[in-house]
Amino acid sequence: MDAVATYALRLGDDSLILGQRLSEWCGHAPALEVDLSLANVALDQIGQATHFLNLAGELEGKGRDGDALAFRRDVMDFTNCLLVEQPNGDFAQTIARQFLFSHYQELLFTALMASKNATIAAIAAKAVKETAYHAVLASDWVVRLGDGTDESKARMIAGLDWMWRFADELFAMDDVDAAAIKAGVGIDKAALRSSWDTRIDAVLAEATLMRPASRRPVLGGRVGRHSEHLGHLLTEMQFLQRAYPGATW
Amino acid sequence: MSAVVAISNADRIRAVLADVPDPEIPAVSVLDLGIVREIGVDAVTITPTYTGCPATIAIEQSIRAALDANGFVDVAIATTLSPPWSTDWISDEGREKLRAYGIAPPPKGAGASALKNQTLAECPRCGSSNTEEISRFGSTPCKALWRCKACAEPFDRFKCH
Repeated sequence: MDAVATYALRLGDDSLILGQRLSEWCGHAPALEVDLSLANVALDQIGQATHFLNLAGELEGKGRDGDALAFRRDVMDFTNCLLVEQPNGDFAQTIARQFLFSHYQELLFTALMASKNATIAAIAAKAVKETAYHAVLASDWVVRLGDGTDESKARMIAGLDWMWRFADELFAMDDVDAAAIKAGVGIDKAALRSSWDTRIDAVLAEATLMRPASRRPVLGGRVGRHSEHLGHLLTEMQFLQRAYPGATW
Repeated sequence: MSAVVAISNADRIRAVLADVPDPEIPAVSVLDLGIVREIGVDAVTITPTYTGCPATIAIEQSIRAALDANGFVDVAIATTLSPPWSTDWISDEGREKLRAYGIAPPPKGAGASALKNQTLAECPRCGSSNTEEISRFGSTPCKALWRCKACAEPFDRFKCH
């Protein structure tokens, strides 16, 4: 895959893996409204993934579509950031992940609306409206749990503390990003960091929470170095196509 | 002459589409919802509502079936993502149909500003504005869950998009 195809693949993989993770909550969330919310966010992410992965397959030109990329790649070939593959943990940990990611994704899609790749620009313009809802949902819960009971606050702190180490990867730039920017397709993710910090800090202040301590960032997802968690996620997501290759219904 | 035929064909296709209901909200047609962007001589252009809306494929299939059943087998269906679908494209007639069906229509002037300054929904049953949001995410991607404090009934509200 060339840099632009890989760029689309990364966008798709982030959405796909987060969508799959969130769908694990379906039927298990603490309240019906929360269950519906997380399932809806999962659907939005999977919808984005379908568009981005179809585009990546098209750009690659080897006859692979979004389904082939989602269901017939092995763990090392996935290019999602490590944040989205983190296990759901308790509800606070899921919200922490969503909070950090949705604010990033909203800023990212807003910037990508100016991409010279018309399909990426169109997907971004469409998805940014949904992502805005995700960011509000996650922020509301960060405030509710953070400024809630001793128990909810402790869990929110623990959730943020775990997820925080994966935030730097969201803004990390490499050769693929550089080539995509040169082609007018990609954007400077590092430049989103200060807006993201401002948004995150404002919500944390309202939630009476401290920003987690900086720590050594964990990187590697973009080049296929994943945690063990991703393999387990894929065994479930890809089971059917692995057991019955090419099955349709 | 051919121009006249083309116009009348587009009108006939429009009439066919006016009878194709949305699979999730059958009270409104695909035309009411603003899903149909263009009706050409040989193609109908549609746009998905929400990126992840599971009804997208069902909508395309219903449109295909309706076109085929009315003799428009040669009319193709094209899908476009841009410009992105907005609830502002729901027709006034569509808004009234939603209300009658029990779903509060979305406020006009969609977008980020409307999302941040949520106006209160009007209860589709009693018309009161004494309402509150229960959950911003409801039974489908396009709806939020609300409750009327005047008549105590819960109701769906079409989300601004």
